[in-house]
Amino acid sequence: MSTDSMFVHKMWVDHELSKMVSSGGVPFPMLSDGGGRVGSVYGVYDQDGGVDVRGRFIIDPDGVIQGFEVLTPPVGRNVSETLRQLQAFQVVRGSAGAQATPSGWRPGKAVLTPGPDLVGNVWKEWKVGMAFD
Amino acid sequence: MPKEQKVGCARPTGSVVGEDAPPQPDQVAPAAVKEVRSMVQVGKKAPDFVAPCYYQGKFASVQLSEYLGKWVLLCFYPGDFTFA
Repeated sequence: MSTDSMFVHKMWVDHELSKMVSSGGVPFPMLSDGGGRVGSVYGVYDQDGGVDVRGRFIIDPDGVIQGFEVLTPPVGRNVSETLRQLQAFQVVRGSAGAQATPSGWRPGKAVLTPGPDLVGNVWKEWKVGMAFD
Repeated sequence: MPKEQKVGCARPTGSVVGEDAPPQPDQVAPAAVKEVRSMVQVGKKAPDFVAPCYYQGKFASVQLSEYLGKWVLLCFYPGDFTFA
């Protein structure tokens, strides 16, 4: 979603994105936020610049915002990290909140099951090196 | 005459014809009183919206709440044909 019109979105797809995305076009709707109205509500509209800054929101199936990240324009996102967070939220949701994903978790790494026995004992199950890939 | 400037997301400024243009936004201190904007909060419901969109060769309209039951990544960015 940007403050560009849907017509500009079409031109961007036709003239540039189609050369980056191999087949089938851009696989998600490209939303237009004229006047930054939606960005304003989400807190990512920069009034001075007249644009939405680089905000990314993870919204769960109940419509609840589980996480967000906001960057100034010159630095791009890391999609792998976004997907890792999404997978972590899905694991937690799948366990109905019984499990937590510690720092550095990614699919295949151990999750934690919070409870009285784990209090003060996280050090036995989680090592500092696990915070990194 | 048009003045070449650094490539970025600059927006037009202006004034009445014949009068001096106000300084560029990045040359003035921020206004003393600015509207306080609140950020949405994690753990709270996302604000719903309807927005026009371009999708798979067609112009359409999307409402966020149509996606209840699915995971959604909502991404804002400064503009088409920009650089990051």
